[in-house]
Amino acid sequence: MPIFSYLAYPVEGAKEQLLNDLAALDFCEVTPAENKEILILVTDTPDEETEKKLQEKLRALESLESLGMTFGHTDTDE
Amino acid sequence: MDITRRQFIKSAAMQSAAASAAVLFPGISFGAWKNIDSGGIEWKKTPCRFCGTGCGLLVGVSGDRAVAVKGDPNCTVNQGLCCVKGYHSIQILYGKDRVTKALVRKNGQMVETPLKEALDLVASKMQETIKNHGKDSVAMYGSGQWSITDGYVSSKLFKGCIGTNNLEANARLCMASAVTGFLTSFGLDEPMGCYDDIDHADVFITWGNNMAEMHPVLFSRMLANRKAKNHVLIIDFATRTTRTSQAADKSIIFNPQTDLAVANSICYEIIRNDWVNWDFVNKHVSFHKGKTNIGYGTQDHFQFNDKEEPVDFEAYKAFLEDYTPEKVAKLSGVPAKDIKYLAALYGDPDKKVTSFWCMGMNQHTRGTWINNLVYNIHLLVGKISTPGNSPFSLTGQPSACGTVREVGTLTHKLPHGVVMNEGARKLAAKIWDVPVENIDPKPTYHTVEMFRALDRGDIRFMWIQVTNPMVTMPNLNRYRNGAKKDDRFIVVSEIYPTPTYDVADVVLPAALWIEREGFFGNSERRTQHNEQIVPMPGDCMSNTWQIIEVARRMGFEKQFPWSEKTYIEDIWNEYGQFHDNPKHRMAPYKDLKARSGLQWPYVNGLETKWRYNPKYDPAAEGKDFDFYGKPDRRAWIWLRPYEPAAESPDSEYPFWLNTGRVLEHWHTGSMTRRVPILHRAVPESYVEINPDDASRLGITSGSKVKISSRRGSVTMKASINGRGRPPQGMVFVPFFDESYLINEATLDAFCPISKQPDYKKCAVKLERA
Repeated sequence: MPIFSYLAYPVEGAKEQLLNDLAALDFCEVTPAENKEILILVTDTPDEETEKKLQEKLRALESLESLGMTFGHTDTDE
Repeated sequence: MDITRRQFIKSAAMQSAAASAAVLFPGISFGAWKNIDSGGIEWKKTPCRFCGTGCGLLVGVSGDRAVAVKGDPNCTVNQGLCCVKGYHSIQILYGKDRVTKALVRKNGQMVETPLKEALDLVASKMQETIKNHGKDSVAMYGSGQWSITDGYVSSKLFKGCIGTNNLEANARLCMASAVTGFLTSFGLDEPMGCYDDIDHADVFITWGNNMAEMHPVLFSRMLANRKAKNHVLIIDFATRTTRTSQAADKSIIFNPQTDLAVANSICYEIIRNDWVNWDFVNKHVSFHKGKTNIGYGTQDHFQFNDKEEPVDFEAYKAFLEDYTPEKVAKLSGVPAKDIKYLAALYGDPDKKVTSFWCMGMNQHTRGTWINNLVYNIHLLVGKISTPGNSPFSLTGQPSACGTVREVGTLTHKLPHGVVMNEGARKLAAKIWDVPVENIDPKPTYHTVEMFRALDRGDIRFMWIQVTNPMVTMPNLNRYRNGAKKDDRFIVVSEIYPTPTYDVADVVLPAALWIEREGFFGNSERRTQHNEQIVPMPGDCMSNTWQIIEVARRMGFEKQFPWSEKTYIEDIWNEYGQFHDNPKHRMAPYKDLKARSGLQWPYVNGLETKWRYNPKYDPAAEGKDFDFYGKPDRRAWIWLRPYEPAAESPDSEYPFWLNTGRVLEHWHTGSMTRRVPILHRAVPESYVEINPDDASRLGITSGSKVKISSRRGSVTMKASINGRGRPPQGMVFVPFFDESYLINEATLDAFCPISKQPDYKKCAVKLERA
């Protein structure tokens, strides 16, 4: 049951699009910065398999330039 | 409160990302993040209640109670960090002896009274005093801990409606020399730089400023910069060894008052070595001198007005001939090589230098002068108004800038300009909807003189809010005796019993900090808003609303028309009219409500980080610098000599007395001493004594010592080799403990220009007790 947080960088001029794209994905909570071209993404998936699928969907987003991980937790941490 | 483990982890994930973003992008804001833990704690932003740093806090609320505090990662000031006072700040709300009901003195006893009745009494007593003794017989004494709206309505009531300039605030005791320093050197108040200077500077020089204890979060940022870059230096220039000295790369100790001479000597060396930035000086600096032998203000009705004369660079250079490092070394105790070292740091064109100071330079009988002299250094080498190059005057209180300096809650000030200026009076009269004749063009009393007037009987009624003058006034015995005289009427708006509460005829229960909506303004021109986060206890009322209630009872309903629901926003919008120009425009209410503080001038949605530099400042013109506060659009270098302290040690009183603060306690301790962990950390005040002096006098750590001056004495425990170590011939006493009123010994001498008292220098003797 992994939980991760990221700083999500949009491709130039695509912050709104990225916000919409991320908000549309299951297991994702997204919070845009008000005054910078960046968003916070928190993912909370039920298992490793779902996490892998989510990662694939994230990689496929054209509005996403890159993700920088800021926090990670999986049950194996316990 | 019910929070699952998974909710907690997700919250931590979110906060981690926000903190990372704050480090990467200073000033970043996540307004859409509601700060709600689904487990039941709601996090709300507020500036910290204590010092002038202006750290952003997130207060966790469960039900009606504040239950937790953490640093606000969205606030660029502290980027998620807090000091020990900040982390424990919410506990000040819940002391057992909180004042929650109005009290009125009846037959010598304080009697619980309905608030409405107490407010009626305050208004009627003020009207009766004005009728019998004139408008200048009533006064208000406020605070740099006032919310901005508290100060604004007090100015409107006293200056606009009643028509007296008897309005002062305790920031006179802590920041007045900084103000007059800015005004004389630049024509406008408040720093040109910002805390981002800490991230850019190569060298920090702290002038009499124990930042490790007084501004610990900013000091942490300095240490972080040093750790990250390796070449960064911190030089502590002070009169005693402190925790700042211990963390510094070099500690330089000078004899009290001789900072004036050392600053001039640094300038002498800069010129002698031709480290002057001539392009900057030729284009942006002019030279001036003022009066000398200007006195100390220890007598009633002391008057002083400086007289400026323009001079040229050659006159300045000749003036500095008296300040060779070798001559100054004898006076100051600072080796000539150390003076030359300081000059070389300032003079190195490849080093960005930031100077920090606070009370050491401001609580000084030549406070304005020493502020001018440190500006002189930066101006000679052109190290100003650019990232990392910053002469930076720190404030002590959370809204000394926002409320006292910007709103102008001092006798000579208006929210924009001074009472002596007809244009400023007309603007105030228009915005306040009062006849311009109401606003008296003549200032009345600065703080020390106001309390002298109370003692003499020229003032008969005084309303005191958010400050504790019966602990903090210098030469305290005189002013406490004055306040207790039979025909004086003292109103105190308070949150806890204090020595000031003890002299009150009426005590009004005040809402504290996050129990009401408000604004503070910090050291770097940052205005910070907090909403009401928890309910007010009992009959408590905001200081702003107390003043409005009394004003209405005095017949000024038209000037104070606001509803209790929206008055803070309404007042902010009215106040903003005073600063509606690119030099000082304040952020709109909605922006302040959404963000963790915004710096003025705030123009077209943008903050101003560095003033007087057209790259950053919308009010500045030209290519590089524009010191638009002065008529010649130049910054002024002043010829200010060394002059001795008002009172120096002699054979009868052979020690300097230096007073100040400690990390764990805020000012007079009325709040922090009610926080158990802070109280236990430093449960009582003490006198720091140099170990050699202690040995000679047979004093051991923890033994009782009587400290006496010509004005009073205090007996307290000695601290030898504690957290601070004064040099031989000096003792240091923190003033936070009302059980040991050290200000009974201090001297009410002040800077004749700023009228700020010197709490750092008077003469005392020590005896084993």
